[in-house]
Parts: sequence; structure tokens; C-alpha cells
Amino acid sequence: VGLRAEEEVASMAFTLYSLIQTAILCTNAVAVLHEERFLSKIGWGVDQGVGGFGDDPGVKAQILNLIRSVRTVMRVPLIIVNSASIVLLLLFG
Amino acid sequence: EDFDNHSYNNFNNGHGNIFGVPEARAAPPTADSVLFEDTSSAAPAMNNQAYYTPGYNMGPPTNDMQGGTGVDNLFADPMANAAMMYGSSLANQGKDIVNKEISRYVSVNKLKYFFAVDTRYVLKKLMILMFPYTHQDWEVRYHRDTPLTPRQDVNAPDLYIPTMAFITYILLAGIALGIQKRFSPEVLGLCASTALVWVIIEVLVMLLSLYLLTVHSDLSTFDLIAYSGYKYVGMIFTVLCGLLFGSDGYFVALAWSSCALMFFIVRSLKIKILTSLSSDSMGTGSSAKPQLRLYITMATAIFQPIIIYWLTSHLIR
Repeated sequence: VGLRAEEEVASMAFTLYSLIQTAILCTNAVAVLHEERFLSKIGWGVDQGVGGFGDDPGVKAQILNLIRSVRTVMRVPLIIVNSASIVLLLLFG
Repeated sequence: EDFDNHSYNNFNNGHGNIFGVPEARAAPPTADSVLFEDTSSAAPAMNNQAYYTPGYNMGPPTNDMQGGTGVDNLFADPMANAAMMYGSSLANQGKDIVNKEISRYVSVNKLKYFFAVDTRYVLKKLMILMFPYTHQDWEVRYHRDTPLTPRQDVNAPDLYIPTMAFITYILLAGIALGIQKRFSPEVLGLCASTALVWVIIEVLVMLLSLYLLTVHSDLSTFDLIAYSGYKYVGMIFTVLCGLLFGSDGYFVALAWSSCALMFFIVRSLKIKILTSLSSDSMGTGSSAKPQLRLYITMATAIFQPIIIYWLTSHLIR
């Protein structure tokens, strides 16, 4: 009684495809953050990240580093992946 | 027929031409035998030829070289010879390319370290996973700066137990669903990918938090996968008890394996994370660190029972 097996498992199931979707969406979100219009305004620019030199960089510096590197490294692959997924979604729904 | 088989299987191309067999038939089988056995073709061929030449009275000797001592038989058929050498060099090249490509993404030696287990290690590790309260020494022992293999050190993480436990969990989920008459092949795939995705999420979150807090521990990705995979042992135990003893047994087993797993994770990761070196040894830089590291360890530990319950509750009604 209640849900069928597939529905029950599927109500909280993650397929690998949804993981890929999540990854693409998160990376897109990080890549869209604009450097001078947004990040500098809230104090997260690249010049405000590097604080301690001889010491461990703090959490904020690590996050800013991560954002900056993701934006630099993943820009071109994201273009390719997004175009591919747009085409696929248009063709196959 | 019989002589044909002998000539193909035992030695090379030289005798393929006794019976006037066209070269297309002679070359491929001999190339195969050279590829997979990787022995020098000269010596065995000579021995076999010396052994076989007395028995060759029936074959029509089209070539006067065949009936003789057979020293030159290897080179009697240059096409097959060339084909054999070309085939073997192609295979070696292919093997090298595959090895190179694989070792570019996954360090094979590091992976081999995680599967170097033996029976004694597996039994002791399973005991520790289920009852970690009496285990005294949680340090991973090193040997000249490299960690010891799981065969020699019970505390070393391995990937054999998580892999086997994952597969067993999938099979057990299938059994549990079948007992409740809710089985279908798609559900099995769903269970498998769900569990895999949760492991991937957990490993990614761990890696992210370790990076953000600049914890320079020696926990590699495979170590984290191993520690995440140990929860499958608890899950199997929980599902088994739930199947055998009903709903009450399920909750008792859930509580037991959650506590054991939390203790195990905290003790194992505490040594690796909390006492790892910071990038320098200044005291002022690490005022907030031990707390955050403790939070990471506790969060990992608390995540285990949640995910065990999440992934197994639908199997037990």
C-alpha cells in the first residue's frame, strides 16, 4: 500500500545524470559572478583576498581563490558543455 | 586436420606451408600465440620441429626445406614472419598507450596500494568497524615515509571492503525488495546510482571543506572514498537485521552500527585531520583552526547515521 517501489525509491533517488546536472548548474553559478560589478562591491574582489602571506590563508581567502580559479579555468569548457546541453535539450526534450 | 592443429598451436609459421595452406590462414593464429605468451619464438620452434619431423611422412612435402633439419623454417615464409612481428609490435604499442592513458587519470600504483589486502586484514577490519571500542592504537604506521599497505597495518584504509560492501548492499537491496514483492530491475539500478551519488557528494563536500580550511593532511581522494565506503558495512548489517528480526531489529541494528561507525570515523579522522601540520607552525594562525577541524570531523561522523537511515529505511517496512 502506498507508493510503488520505483516511485518510493525515485522520490529520493539521484541518478548520475542529476549529479551531472547539479554540477553544471553550480559551476555556471560560480562562473557568472562578475568581478568588478559584483564581487568588488561586496568586498570579495581578487585584490581583497590575499591577506596573510606567511600564514595560512583564511577561509575567506580560500573561497575567493576558489571562485577566481573556477572562473578562469572553467570558462571555456563551460561554454562547450552549455552549448552541447542546449542543443541536446532542444533536440530531445 | 590433426597436423593442421598441431602446426598452428605449437609453433610458428614455418610449417603452415607444408600443406599448401594460404598465408592468410597461417598468420593470425601464430601472431596470437606470440602476443599472449611472449616467449622467444626461436627456441621452442626448433625443439618442436625436431620432435615433429619424424611424423611428417604423411604431409606432401611441397618444399624441400621442410623435410630437412628445419633450422630455416622460421624464415621460410617471410610474409607470415613479418605479419607476426608487426602484430606483436602493434600489441605492445597498444598496451603502452592504454597504460599511459590510464595512468594519466588514475595513479595505478596508488590504486594498487588500496587493494593489497588479505583475509586476516579484512576480518580484523570488519571486526573494528562493528566493534571499535576495544581497538587501542589508531595510528596509521609508516615505513620510511610511505604508508604501510593494508596487509601490514590494520589501520590503513583500503578500497576492497568498500567496493565489496557496496556491491553486497545493492544485492541485499534487491533481496529486500523482492521479499516485499516490490522488485523490478529498474529499482536496482536506481538504488545503485543513488548510493553512488551520495558517496560522490560526501567525498566532494569533504574535499571542499578540507581545502577551504587549508588542512594539509595526507588524506587523498582515495582515502576519503575509502572512509566513505565503510558505511556500507554498517548498512548491510542494518538491513540484514531488519530482514531477519523485523522493524525492531532494524532500529536496534541501526543504533548499534551508527554508534560504531561514528566512533570509528571520529577516531580515524581525528588523527589525520586534527594533528595535521598547518602550513607553518605559528601559534597565532591556528586559533580558529582546531575548532573548525573538530567541526569537520563531527559533521562527517553525524552524517553517517543520517545517510544510513536514508538509504535503508525504504527497504524495511
